[in-house]
Amino acid sequence: MELSEAQVKAAVPLKAEVNDLNFYYGKVQALKSINMPIAEKQVTALIGPSGCGKSTFLRCFNRMHDLYPNNRYEGEIVLHPDNTNIISRKVDPMEVRMRISMVFQKPNPFPKSIYENVAYGLRVRGMRNKRDLDAKVEEALRGAALWNEVKDRLKDMAFNLSGGQQQRLCIARALAIDPELVLFDEPTSALDPIATASIEELVTELKEKVTILIVTHNMQQAARVSVYTAYMYIGNLIEFGDTTSVFTNPKRKETEDYITGRFG
Amino acid sequence: MFLAAFSAVAITLAIVFILFYESLAFFEHVSIFEFLTSTQWSPLFENPQYGILPLVAGTLVTSAVALLVAVPIGSIIAIYLSEFAPHKVREVVKPFLELLASVPTVVFGYFALMVVTPMLQTFMPELPGFNMLGPGIVIGIMIIPYIASLSEDAMRAVPMAMREGSYAMGATRFQTAVRVISPAAISGIIAAYILAMSRAIGETMVVAIAAGQQPNFTFNPTEAAATITAYIVQVAMGDLPHGSIGYQSIFAAGLVLFLMTLAFNILGHMARQRFREVY
Repeated sequence: MELSEAQVKAAVPLKAEVNDLNFYYGKVQALKSINMPIAEKQVTALIGPSGCGKSTFLRCFNRMHDLYPNNRYEGEIVLHPDNTNIISRKVDPMEVRMRISMVFQKPNPFPKSIYENVAYGLRVRGMRNKRDLDAKVEEALRGAALWNEVKDRLKDMAFNLSGGQQQRLCIARALAIDPELVLFDEPTSALDPIATASIEELVTELKEKVTILIVTHNMQQAARVSVYTAYMYIGNLIEFGDTTSVFTNPKRKETEDYITGRFG
Repeated sequence: MFLAAFSAVAITLAIVFILFYESLAFFEHVSIFEFLTSTQWSPLFENPQYGILPLVAGTLVTSAVALLVAVPIGSIIAIYLSEFAPHKVREVVKPFLELLASVPTVVFGYFALMVVTPMLQTFMPELPGFNMLGPGIVIGIMIIPYIASLSEDAMRAVPMAMREGSYAMGATRFQTAVRVISPAAISGIIAAYILAMSRAIGETMVVAIAAGQQPNFTFNPTEAAATITAYIVQVAMGDLPHGSIGYQSIFAAGLVLFLMTLAFNILGHMARQRFREVY
């Protein structure tokens, strides 16, 4: 089954729609009128060579670019079901980040205990009740397949965990707040193959509960975990479709060249 | 290069050796027990008493007042500069802070005596002209730049990934600064506090000028007192025959001062080990 952008839009429930998105770092345009649907409770992968704008695109979804001066968005990212344009200047980035969480390229746990790392987002949202926190932390750690490894050492510093465990901790942290959408920015690029496999497995399981958008430079990874794939090149979205057809039967020559390893 | 490095070590060792040597001579006349327990320090009187406690108390009180002033203000400045201030503000404020650190301490001493104490007297009429509160506050102002500047460096050295992680969870700037960046920078911040404390303990001019040079065993900052450093400068400037007990007493006092700062430095080092974070 082949699904084009328009067909995906028509056929499946959407979590978000990107409409004519342009993004500028100062005067440099990094994203050029991107249109893309994000299917609800599915994994959408963003692939492309380094510097193609896939991370820049991802970081629009939680307004990370607002942390640095002179960045500018144009167009819309409409988040369903309430149809909020999350890149509108009228929308508080903090509110966007309350609904959309992120897992970064390198594990970046906070200098706190394992428990407090997971509880961070909840505490930031004003949750105080110890029993509620305990329950949420456990649920998130189970969701990130980390509970059995850390349940007896929740008070240990997060830095004492291995790299793969730290990354799963960051995933637990991102899940604890019951996000609607989780962004993964090359989450396995700093990890060994075994840790990578466990994260990939996790990502595939998570789509039962939450919509996922994942950036990866590893095409096999995209093929393994995602249902939809977008190929980007120098700020343009070249091709979007269901993963199988993008990889086996790309419509565009550029996509084919990249996927077959002729460049990139 | 090795010689240069070696000379620094050699000079330090020589100083410590002379401190110990002259102190030994002092302790031939005065028992260590008296030195550490007597609450009278009057080496220049007819009937001399050698109890270091009044000087230690004076040193601790002025330093404590200084830290009470400098730690909160310095930390707030550091958080503001590192996490809130726009680039341009930081570029202007930091040089001014460092300028404050380069004002001669004798100026601060007169500032304590002529400005701060009279100001305090307007709402504390009982306060004598010489007291420990005024100089303590002024030393506090003096060490703010150390705390602010070093803590800010430590906070800015925290990787951006840590900030992004916190913001991505929906945290505000303030939550990020207090709950993530400060704990991440804690070893540098503690180092800043320790350096500032050593500076406060070793400060001489301000207390010599504005605290009144009477050794007085009290922990009440509104009273006049002398600190170890103030005593040393007072005696060293007077004419004391080489080898007299009064002369030797300043080495004993110096030794105590050295051991105090050493103890705080070791404590600080231990605290840093304890809180050290690896990113």
